[in-house]
Amino acid sequence: MKGFSTLFYKELLRFYKVSFQTILAPVVTALLYLLVFASTFRGRPDILPGVPYVAFLIPGLMMMSMIQNAFANSSSSLIQSKIAGNLIFILLSPLSALEFFLAFVGASVIRALCVAVGVYVAAVFFVALPVRHPLFLILFGVLGSAALGALGVIAGVWAERFDQLAGFQNFVVVPLSFLSGVFYSLRNLPPFWQTVSRLNPLLYMIDGFRYGFFGTSDVSPGLSLAIVAGFCALVSLWALALVGRGYRLRN
Amino acid sequence: MGPAIEVQGLHKRFAHVHAVRGVDLAVHQGEFFGLLGPNGAGKSTLINILAGLTRPDEGRAAICGHDVIADYREARRALGVVPQEVVFDPFFTVREVLAIQAGYFGLKGPKDKAWQEELLAALMLQDKGDANMRTLSGGMKRRVLIAQALVHRPRVVILDEPTAGVDVELRASLWVFIRRLHAEGHTIVLTTHYLEEAEALCERIAIMQGGCIAALDTKEALLRRALSKTLRVTTAEAAATLPPRLAPKLRKRTANILEFALQQGADSIPEVLESLRAAGFVVTDISTEQASLEEVFLELTKKTA
Repeated sequence: MKGFSTLFYKELLRFYKVSFQTILAPVVTALLYLLVFASTFRGRPDILPGVPYVAFLIPGLMMMSMIQNAFANSSSSLIQSKIAGNLIFILLSPLSALEFFLAFVGASVIRALCVAVGVYVAAVFFVALPVRHPLFLILFGVLGSAALGALGVIAGVWAERFDQLAGFQNFVVVPLSFLSGVFYSLRNLPPFWQTVSRLNPLLYMIDGFRYGFFGTSDVSPGLSLAIVAGFCALVSLWALALVGRGYRLRN
Repeated sequence: MGPAIEVQGLHKRFAHVHAVRGVDLAVHQGEFFGLLGPNGAGKSTLINILAGLTRPDEGRAAICGHDVIADYREARRALGVVPQEVVFDPFFTVREVLAIQAGYFGLKGPKDKAWQEELLAALMLQDKGDANMRTLSGGMKRRVLIAQALVHRPRVVILDEPTAGVDVELRASLWVFIRRLHAEGHTIVLTTHYLEEAEALCERIAIMQGGCIAALDTKEALLRRALSKTLRVTTAEAAATLPPRLAPKLRKRTANILEFALQQGADSIPEVLESLRAAGFVVTDISTEQASLEEVFLELTKKTA
């Protein structure tokens, strides 16, 4: 696994070297959401009993940032390497498909966790945020980021142009992450939209992550964990199959 | 030890192109081998199959006995490829690039670091080791590509047009380095459009055309295949009339120098000289010139086109 550790390190180094863009910028974006929504909805009834709206928002914003950045990390690294042609250096090496996959997804998870920690550290200046179930926080954070990192591998392998990847991000990942209960509770939606929302796997990531903070959630945390783990396994197998076949990587 | 490269019954089809059509090839250990052919002949596809970048539709390819698909890890450990395109990762410095490439092969020890420094020195890159790849000139980026291909000390090195667009000085220094690699026992496979390079360096040469091997022989044997060679005759005076049987063979006439294109095996130099003397020419000097690899290449690729 020495080859894996090098590719993993290289992927970490890649986003670290541009951390202004890869870590700081998403933290600032999440804080802007927090400021805008918190001031707009000030004085409204609490969504979760005893949890101020600002506090309710923070776990959702953290998870949304993790989702978007985990996807962006693997997908942008792959598409840039494909278009610049330097992916050849990895393809000429003896790395297996599994090592390739784990390195890209692992780096995505680390970037997502860095962003989440950044949002958390900045947000606690605004509101106290208790952590009831740290294990659930870690499980949902890691599994959710890994799932989106794997989805980023699929998108990065599939896309042949930057606009194809931007389409995937803007028309799939961003809408799914915005419509996953970041800003509201599932219970506040009409029955039809509750049913539709339940088809969105990202909803369970955010709901489960929020459970880690407040010990209360819209969906049973066990069910959310099973769905998130299942979704992560599904996209991982799909990504591994594509990388193993060399789809759009090797002719 | 088996061949450095072994290819059997290789086929590769793309949407509308049969790029490689049943290629059989063996490159011996320690050989300096030339792979020539016009654009679209299938050279790059063949190289990509050997490197594992392209999957063949039929047939098999092996590097030092390791199948490029079934035993891809060992095959890739034995092979270094210098790609045709100058590609680089803009995030990293030269030293980082070499350390990362070596790391993919699991080579992270002090000896591996020392070899990377040796490569930097041999390729005159030591003062650029901490420079970002973006800041290097095209020639320097190409040298880094060569260093990257060699970080894992591969037994077989494929150079895909390594001197395309490279200035004369750098080209000469690259060939010194590549000759050194060959002298150290590496098998070198070279593709180039500069046929004089192949003629000067390669021991055996394969010429590809239309996805097939049109010719595969030693350089000397290929040169002997040339249909013609040049006979240049200097005469004492330019006024005499050329015998009618020599007129079709005359390629050029300038003052008192006559240049003939003689068919290999069919025309005899003594007979030509005798005919000239009989026609009143006084021959003062003669010289002959073998066909170049370029002429052989053009004849072969024209015939099989």
